[in-house]
Amino acid sequence: MDKFLKVLVDVLSEPSVLIALIALVGLLAQRKSLSDILRGTTKTFVGFLVISAGAGVLAGALAPFGEMFKAAFNVSGIVPNNEAIVALAVNEYGSSTALIMFFGMIVNLLIARFTRFKYIFLTGHITLYMSCMISIILTVSGFTSVPLILFGALTVGIFMSLSPAVVQPFMRKLTGNDNVALGHSGAVGFAVGGWVGMLVKGKKEITSTEKINFPKGLGFLRDSTVSIALTMAVFYVVVALFAGADYVESNLSDGKNHILFALLKAGTFSAGVFVILSGVRLVLAEIVPAFKGISSKIVPNSKPALDVPIIYTYAPNAVLIGFFSSFAGGIVSMLIMAMTGGIVILPGVVPHFFTGSAAGVFGNTTGGVRGAILGSFANGVLISFMPILLIPAFGELGLANATFSDSDFGVVGVFLSGLYNMGGKMFTMIGIGLVLLIMLLVSLRKQNSKAEQASEI
Amino acid sequence: MRILTVCGSGLGTSFMVEMNIQQLLNEMGVNGVEVDHSDLGSATPERADVFFLAKDIAEGGASLGNVVVLDNIIDLNELKTKLTAVLKEYNLL
Repeated sequence: MDKFLKVLVDVLSEPSVLIALIALVGLLAQRKSLSDILRGTTKTFVGFLVISAGAGVLAGALAPFGEMFKAAFNVSGIVPNNEAIVALAVNEYGSSTALIMFFGMIVNLLIARFTRFKYIFLTGHITLYMSCMISIILTVSGFTSVPLILFGALTVGIFMSLSPAVVQPFMRKLTGNDNVALGHSGAVGFAVGGWVGMLVKGKKEITSTEKINFPKGLGFLRDSTVSIALTMAVFYVVVALFAGADYVESNLSDGKNHILFALLKAGTFSAGVFVILSGVRLVLAEIVPAFKGISSKIVPNSKPALDVPIIYTYAPNAVLIGFFSSFAGGIVSMLIMAMTGGIVILPGVVPHFFTGSAAGVFGNTTGGVRGAILGSFANGVLISFMPILLIPAFGELGLANATFSDSDFGVVGVFLSGLYNMGGKMFTMIGIGLVLLIMLLVSLRKQNSKAEQASEI
Repeated sequence: MRILTVCGSGLGTSFMVEMNIQQLLNEMGVNGVEVDHSDLGSATPERADVFFLAKDIAEGGASLGNVVVLDNIIDLNELKTKLTAVLKEYNLL
């Protein structure tokens, strides 16, 4: 019996198996055919192993970057890239990540069913990344076993319901209806974009970004393999130049020319992200459709919260302006960090593109061109400084030269670690419970006022 | 017939369009169509017969061959109209 139990524990603490079992549950719940179940479960299992393999590739590129950066500037340089940090964390935190994600989705369903927060968060990779971050922070805060999964799942579920709600006022203004929501980890940054737009719009009629002529031809930026390789090449070469040929060639590259070495490692970074993304795609291929199918049965009047590109077609110029302006915010922030001599957060092209563009779109909706430029700039500054606050919360992984990139990771992370620093685990648990309670109370009040209105009529 | 939906990093948007196409195919009772999603970088012409992508990356995907560009990726009616046209083209409807 003991032996059997040990095998069971071994199996369940193997994240690849665990995530495959979750996919299996989803497939069974949908009453899929045997061949679909076999195929889907296997793909999920392999997908997780692909993520681990990508982590190895990525680490091989990230480690020399960290060393060159230290040698060149005597401080740590950190690349904000969700795929990178998740892949690096997944071996140690994979099992708790998988369980927190699974139960977090159930919490999201329950909140949507029983409160006025009707959002079903369908952007699966963000759920996965958020579950991973929460798993790291709660583990560092001393949570283990059942409490870790329970409070982790509650936090993920709350995030999945609240994050779309934060952006929804601006979504209504942009799309003209209330049927679709935005599900992304940049929600606070998007809302900041919208608020800044409101502040700067002035008294005159606003000029929309879509009224101006803006150069096209930057489509290649949308190909993440290309844009990551190119921007990382710039960073790697600059850092290699500052570290010096002597240092690189005698310590890292085995005598290979330092510029060539830098370019190869930049390419390797992009290759690692490419592999990790294929793994993430395999892992989510069965879980997201199952979640979508089940949610439409349990919460028929739900609003799907979808990935951020759904808003790009509303204001294509604002997308580009937002990206450039957010990136500029990232560069300014980087220079400030370099001058003050602390840890330096490098501006990643992927987060600035996906979140900056959305902040630009919402800034344009509320404040025209000025709103788009300043709103996305504010987002760029926000996502540059947030990661610094997170570093202590990640324990050993804080020193990994990579970190989570979007604004909501910062907000959720600072919330959890702030509570823990104030009053330990008890405060963390009370804090999470309080947020849930407030969401319930808000829903009750709304229902009451609706009932009152109905009785008056 | 094979359909590939494409977006920038092949995670969220293309996956959503894929699920919507699956749902429409089920509703219309059409069989024999394989649907998958991909990032722009890994999408190559031989991977599918028809490619669905949003207007904002239409430029990057123009070389894929038979490309269907969606003006509004959350508009199910537009998707249905364009999917129906494709299915008729391939004599599946």
